[in-house]
Amino acid sequence: MSDLAPRTRTAFPPPLLIGAALAVVGLVLLVFGATTPQLVTPAKAAVALLGLGLLLAGASRLGKVWAGPGFDVVFWFGAAWLLLLGLAILCAPWLPLAEDRDVASTVAEPVFATPTFTGGHPLGTNAFGLDLLARSLYGARSSLLISLSAVALGTVVGGAIGMVAGYFQKSVDRVVGIATNSLLAVPPLILLIALATVLQPHLRNVAFSLALLTIPGMVRLARATTMAYANREFVVAARAMGAGRTRILLRELLPNVLLPVLSLAVVMISVLVVAEASLSFLGLGIQPPEPTWGNMIAEGEGRVFEEHPHIVLVPGAFLFLTVFAFNVVGEKARGRWDSRSVKL
Amino acid sequence: MTPKREAATTAPAPTDGTRGTAAPPLLDATDVRTAFHTPRGAVRAVDGVSLTLSEGETLGIVGESGSGKSVLGRTLMGLITDGPGTTVSGTVRIGGKDVHALTPAGRRALWGTEVAMVFQDPMTSLNPVKKTGTHLSESLRLHLGLGRADARDRAVDLLRQVGIPEPARRAGQYPHELSGGMRQRVVIAMALACGPRLLIADEPTTALDVTVQKQILDLLRSLAEELRMATILISHDLATVAGRTDRVAVMYAGRLVEYADTAAVFDRPRHPYSSALIASIPRLDLPPHTLLPAIEGRPPNLLHPPAGCRFAPRCDTATDRCTTESPGLTAYAGERDAGGLVACHHPLGAAEEAAV
Amino acid sequence: MSVAALRRPALRLLELLGVLFIASIGVFSLVVLMPGDPAVDILGAGRAPSEYAALRTELGLDQPLVTRYLDWLGGALTGDLGRSVVPPQSDVTDRVLSALPVSFEIAALGLVIALLIAVPLAMWSAYREGSAADRIIGAGTFGVLSVPSFLAGLLLILVLVNSAGWFPRSEWVRIGDGDLLGNLHHAFLPALTVALAELAMFTRVLRGDLIVTLREDYILAARAKGMNPLRVLFTDALRPSSFSLVTLLGLSLGRLIGSTVVVEYLFSLPGMGTLIVNAAGQGDYPMVQGAVLTIAVIYVVINAGIDLSYGYLDPRTRRVHV
Repeated sequence: MSDLAPRTRTAFPPPLLIGAALAVVGLVLLVFGATTPQLVTPAKAAVALLGLGLLLAGASRLGKVWAGPGFDVVFWFGAAWLLLLGLAILCAPWLPLAEDRDVASTVAEPVFATPTFTGGHPLGTNAFGLDLLARSLYGARSSLLISLSAVALGTVVGGAIGMVAGYFQKSVDRVVGIATNSLLAVPPLILLIALATVLQPHLRNVAFSLALLTIPGMVRLARATTMAYANREFVVAARAMGAGRTRILLRELLPNVLLPVLSLAVVMISVLVVAEASLSFLGLGIQPPEPTWGNMIAEGEGRVFEEHPHIVLVPGAFLFLTVFAFNVVGEKARGRWDSRSVKL
Repeated sequence: MTPKREAATTAPAPTDGTRGTAAPPLLDATDVRTAFHTPRGAVRAVDGVSLTLSEGETLGIVGESGSGKSVLGRTLMGLITDGPGTTVSGTVRIGGKDVHALTPAGRRALWGTEVAMVFQDPMTSLNPVKKTGTHLSESLRLHLGLGRADARDRAVDLLRQVGIPEPARRAGQYPHELSGGMRQRVVIAMALACGPRLLIADEPTTALDVTVQKQILDLLRSLAEELRMATILISHDLATVAGRTDRVAVMYAGRLVEYADTAAVFDRPRHPYSSALIASIPRLDLPPHTLLPAIEGRPPNLLHPPAGCRFAPRCDTATDRCTTESPGLTAYAGERDAGGLVACHHPLGAAEEAAV
Repeated sequence: MSVAALRRPALRLLELLGVLFIASIGVFSLVVLMPGDPAVDILGAGRAPSEYAALRTELGLDQPLVTRYLDWLGGALTGDLGRSVVPPQSDVTDRVLSALPVSFEIAALGLVIALLIAVPLAMWSAYREGSAADRIIGAGTFGVLSVPSFLAGLLLILVLVNSAGWFPRSEWVRIGDGDLLGNLHHAFLPALTVALAELAMFTRVLRGDLIVTLREDYILAARAKGMNPLRVLFTDALRPSSFSLVTLLGLSLGRLIGSTVVVEYLFSLPGMGTLIVNAAGQGDYPMVQGAVLTIAVIYVVINAGIDLSYGYLDPRTRRVHV
């Protein structure tokens, strides 16, 4: 009988200790990798990545001791990054940041300064002596402003169209279906580039183009969800009690469609952040000197990047972490609220 | 685990008793235990079952869903074996080979040729993208080393043998083009393909229409006789097993509660649970609208099975002794020579026989 | 095949033509959205009004929109996509035709690399579900999904070109020049960049699908026949799961085209991406229109093909009655 007892690992050394040790070692490696001038860049990046991995593993163990086995360290990491970035963006004007766009005022500053935590430019400077931390934060500002407003616009418009199509069906649905299919006939980035040909590349136009990308997906999801609920008993009951179409759409269907649509919206944010960055990287989005992550990375093109990798790595890290964080949060939201994605 | 297994191989099988013959039995399972480790603890799906089966003999294993009968079947075959998340102890010998001590490759060599299984749901146990004939010919080619053409001919023969009309055409069709009964015939043909000596049929008719059930059961029965194949028929339905098996093992909460000749169990069930199961079979000789007796309560949680007899909480005749002391599977005192075994402190009929 | 079996493809074709027609209107109407006067853009400011008027007549800008659209569509249907408005005013069709093979090669090679890596990775991951390898693959692919293709390309250049020196940077060798090996050598890095995001997605989806398939009864039944577990994985599990891979291929086509465009620009390859990005930067609308329309047609046709082939691959949805 004794051999049937569940195999439990003896807890030695205690997980708390391992977790703390891993986290500390990871943090040390991460800081060392990010700041030491003695290594070539790929080696630095490798050390920093290893440190990050160890830090996450350690934090995961600590979190599990703290909050139980359901603790998802990656989710909290992503959420913390978004929170930190959001705060930094909001407070950017009051932070002691160096110059981010006025080339005239940085004549005396070092160019291509490498990141160090000791100097006045923690993340280094670019070819004009502009501070990369300041540029990355202001870049985050335009990137997130564009993506969030585009998602908001696309969600409202696409969601509304999808609900109407799903509720009225028949010819309305057919027209909407052909329209969305036509919009989908052009691959997303190509559509963006085509619009960039004719639209001035300022914030509002870029946001509008990106919103156009989110609409087809939103329409499809809202339509499918609405159709799934449209014949349920509570809708039929509401109709039997004399509720009008608007009332049924807003009071009965909207609450059910809202959560899946919003979870898709969170996932879409990361897609749009990437799309916006790609567009600026191609030189078709927001133009320098106004910083965005995409046009900052584009500064590294040619030989510059090979000699000064941090020009690309700094905005690249911001871009990656933000996209990663939105992906993690979006995935969690979808897993919880969008039953259709359960199978994937 | 290993020392225990070695010890068990030397111990005499407790059920050999009166039925023991000179030749070693085809299947000899001793004290089989299967536990699944879940985050909430170990689920003891099979908890100390011993069985023997000779060549050509048929055995029915009967129990409610969740009683561990399917897990027992898969453990006997070695499909479930010791590994991460699962603990199997005890010994299972098929044709003299200790199934759980073999290497994975050794077990695979056994499957199909020595022992084969018919699964419950023919809708899901055939691969939707493989043709019917391929299901059969691939194991023929694997185990018997037949060529492509020979394997195909043999597959068609097998389909004919299990009563599928136009077998050559059917062999070229996909599972979704066949009816449920046809598919189960294919599953049976698949199990028979390499001439196993032992067939384990795990609820072979549960997923089928009532009209087809009897056909499939009769087919299994006649094939077993024709091929001199030992059969284990696992079912939740005592009526399925009646008249089609030599012996019956009634399973409750991972343990055998009664193990005897089929006729004897139906005639004179010794365990209150067997008796209740038999009483709940609808009968034609009862007047219409007779309420069938149901067994009150629910089977025990196998994470935390009750101490003592596991049926005690649902048993009418349970005493204090039943809730503290677990009854062993022993030959029933009155009819030692009949070979019936029961695990009950107060077997039915004991009082009247003592009075006689 | 019966009439009913032909009806579905026929309807699909009709829908496809409708969608392309509307898309072509959308592509054409880019001109309408364009601010300013193309004639001024081409000639520059400060010319005599008669010169602008002459150029407008030459470009057909004085015609009503519908006439211009029909002219343009008629030209497109006969293989004439017009001329660029940017000097040297080259023929759009010629430029598109010379750029297409490069893009096609990068995208196809990327897809092949992605599949070659993703399928074994997903099988390993699904077969050893919950193991350390599975978790590492899961975390790695999730991370890769968050790296935009231009960033991935730059990082690959940093590691494989600068540090290891294995691959040349830019300079394209055409297949037509007879140097196939040189061509592949140059195409590999861009293709690998394109492959990265795709392979991460393929791995994740195929793994999820395989895990579901591996729990099916027919997998247990195949094992119970004594088949080798690896063989069961290949012959019994992979094929039913491959249908979702085909669907996924269709879904990821848009992203594939997008990353091909970006990667071509990054590696300065003479493909559709570089063509369209440069044209867009110069406001060369006939070039953009022609290139977008070409990509849209290819995209829609491939998608429809995948849609139809899916129906024939899975025997359960096959409409053939014996």
